[in-house]
Amino acid sequence: MSIRILYFARLREDMGIAQEQFELPPGVSDVKSLRAHLAARGGASATAFGAAKAVRVSVNQDLARNDTPVKAGDEIAFFPPVTGG
Amino acid sequence: MAVRVQAEDFDIGAEIAAFRRADPGIGAIASFIGLVRDVNDGDTVAGMTLEHYPGMTEKALAGIVEQAKGRWDIIDALVIHRVGELKPLDQIVLVVVSGAHRGAAFDACEFIMDYLKTQAPFWKKEQTAQGARWVEARASDDQAAGRWAEPQTK
Repeated sequence: MSIRILYFARLREDMGIAQEQFELPPGVSDVKSLRAHLAARGGASATAFGAAKAVRVSVNQDLARNDTPVKAGDEIAFFPPVTGG
Repeated sequence: MAVRVQAEDFDIGAEIAAFRRADPGIGAIASFIGLVRDVNDGDTVAGMTLEHYPGMTEKALAGIVEQAKGRWDIIDALVIHRVGELKPLDQIVLVVVSGAHRGAAFDACEFIMDYLKTQAPFWKKEQTAQGARWVEARASDDQAAGRWAEPQTK
């Protein structure tokens, strides 16, 4: 029951890793609860997901929102607002 | 429809020539080329690194082009976006849209760029005399994309 989490740009630097396998704990069922759980781990996660930081998220390579469901096998990515073009 | 993410530069003339080849139904081509500037937020920029999310980037760009084709009477669209190390004067992005007439091609080209800037997973880190820094997203880009969300009958 795990998911793959990817980090890009500032989030990747703050986390110090580009990706991790993450065991879904009970109660984590959507983007909002996942983000809260990650931030509560402290350390690099607390920095990366700090309250003042703008963080965007995708689920299975589609832009997602706080209420987007998260389930085992999903590919989740966290990153700052995009700046291409 | 073609979407490409690449480190290499692109040749605008060659790309447009190939894009329009052998389609006599095309009466108009609108294009946009984005370039690396040597200044941003008041600081001199020596260069930048463009990071992206392989897989999602292509999916997002293809989705944006599909939306454009659904909203405007265009024939085809091409998007090329570079990643990696870029310097001032370098080309970053090319959007080309073909149609029978110019109006739809102009609008769809602008729509694709506005959505690319706010939805495609690219991130710029620029090098300045004060060190490297991530480029902040601009509210003006969100506003530019937002105007296409209005109910419209183009």
